[in-house]
Amino acid sequence: MLSLRFAIPTANSITYPKPKPKSAGLLQNQTEIFSSGFSFSVPKRYDCKLQAAPTDVVNGKSTSVAQELSTEELPTGLKKELMPKHVAVIMDGNGRWARQRGMPPSAGHEAGVKSLREMVELCCRWGIQVLTVFAFSAENWIRPKVEVDFLLSLFERALKSEFESFAKGGIRISIIGDSSKLPTSLQKLINEVEEATKENTRLQLIVAVSYSGKYDVVQACRSIAEKAKDGEIQIEDINESLIEQELETNCTEYPYPDLLIRTSNELRVSNFLLWQLAYTELFFVRELWPDFGKEEFVDALTSYQQRQRRYGGRHS
Amino acid sequence: MEKDGISKSARLLWKLSCFFRKFIVSTLSVGPIPTHVAFIMDGNRRYAKQRNLKEGEGHNAGYLALKFMVYYCLELGIKHVTAYAFSIDNFKRSPEEVQRIMDLMVEKIEEELSEVDNTYSKMGIRIHFSGNLELLSQPTKDAVKKLMAATAKNSKVLLTICFAYTSTNEIVHAIEQTCQQKLADQMELEEPNSAGKGNHVVVKLADIEKHMYMAVAPDPDIIIRTSGESRLSNFLLWQSANCSLICFSQLWPAISFWHLLWAVLKFQRNYFYFEKKKKQI
Repeated sequence: MLSLRFAIPTANSITYPKPKPKSAGLLQNQTEIFSSGFSFSVPKRYDCKLQAAPTDVVNGKSTSVAQELSTEELPTGLKKELMPKHVAVIMDGNGRWARQRGMPPSAGHEAGVKSLREMVELCCRWGIQVLTVFAFSAENWIRPKVEVDFLLSLFERALKSEFESFAKGGIRISIIGDSSKLPTSLQKLINEVEEATKENTRLQLIVAVSYSGKYDVVQACRSIAEKAKDGEIQIEDINESLIEQELETNCTEYPYPDLLIRTSNELRVSNFLLWQLAYTELFFVRELWPDFGKEEFVDALTSYQQRQRRYGGRHS
Repeated sequence: MEKDGISKSARLLWKLSCFFRKFIVSTLSVGPIPTHVAFIMDGNRRYAKQRNLKEGEGHNAGYLALKFMVYYCLELGIKHVTAYAFSIDNFKRSPEEVQRIMDLMVEKIEEELSEVDNTYSKMGIRIHFSGNLELLSQPTKDAVKKLMAATAKNSKVLLTICFAYTSTNEIVHAIEQTCQQKLADQMELEEPNSAGKGNHVVVKLADIEKHMYMAVAPDPDIIIRTSGESRLSNFLLWQSANCSLICFSQLWPAISFWHLLWAVLKFQRNYFYFEKKKKQI
């Protein structure tokens, strides 16, 4: 009864990429988690790859050239028919990554952007339709002003520099969140980028900036209340699909993520996409976001493909 | 020598385990204890299949496991416990299984009310049912309302059973109620003020929150899910914004005090970070 072998294997909450001897200690040493052994692969700029693989868009669908490319590129063990359509990511751990290396938080965020570029490229190659990333939460406004200003300027710079690549690469960008708090120049840039890329179909990249899941539902409620006040709808008509249409994720055909990945060993959702996560498979990763690469993504997808999704019903 | 079907040695073992747990609890209480723990009770049928039990015995075992978990929470000083008993999506299952669960619920409620086995009342537990109770059949609805009324005065622990509940349904209901209330307020304001200002409807977070089924309890600190699945399955989506999600590979009827202990230790580890965040917001 006193045996510590009960170190309860938390099945899917922390999934280790390689089988490691699980510590029997109840309180794991914080530094032990972030032990060395991470591989930092420098992601190639994906626009070079995309130039080599032209995507012809015919009738809004990619031609077989792009499809063949994505089938070929699928790593062993992953089945094409079981790939998720919508993957969501909480990009956590940039600050900690920088602190571990004695660098300022800004270096962590820059490294995070590189990781994101790699992720976008992988999603393009593997046929994932929508990728939603949690870039900046409504709660992050309380961070030091220096960091917040840096983050917003980093976001602006990244958008400007990647704009052409996205346009050529067939990537559609959508930004969700309370944009009223963002600087005007950024708001303008966002509108331009969204407008310019709205016809693209290879991948939809949804970036959540100044976003809160609760706020999303509140603003949906507000617009429903306005419509009810104007007599456009009746109170009895309010149902789940009406709310779905009013949420900010109405910009996509697949608003519900199939898989949510959170890095840096934190086991929580942190006010991201609350309504939309109803049946999403959650995958928590030990690595910090700048260290999250192809290998970890493959692990996440492998775990996802092995899960049985029942949606409340029964399989047998 | 047996009394009430329980042997003397079993009673002794139970008393010993209570003493041992008291020791662990007093150690744990040095640190922060969560206020609200929620359970997703997954794996009852698989449990029955694994042990070659009759259909439905898994749910009986699950009910017993819940009772023990509530008792352990009471010992630990956790004031709110929520359990996901039956989702609106579960109505999709076979009618026999749905009926079996409803019958089990009514049977257990009647046992509790008839003082044959009113453990919850003895423990001072108030029971509340959260969910769209209108979807239930009349006998189940009546039993549920009776139990809520009978235990309303208890105050040691609030056990919320999510029955015929999904989070999306809860949010739809809250939005409906909010819209109704706002329109009614608007009508009252518009009469004396008929200049037609074109008032926009102001909806705040608090307006929606007060109409939630789960408004009786604070947000959970920990959500525990058994049977190895790592998803929320439409449970407490709104309330889980900042709480720890812990998954165990064991099936629900096999859950024990050790799992709760592990979850509380994890909570204590992250507690100060969370408190700092809450103060900042």
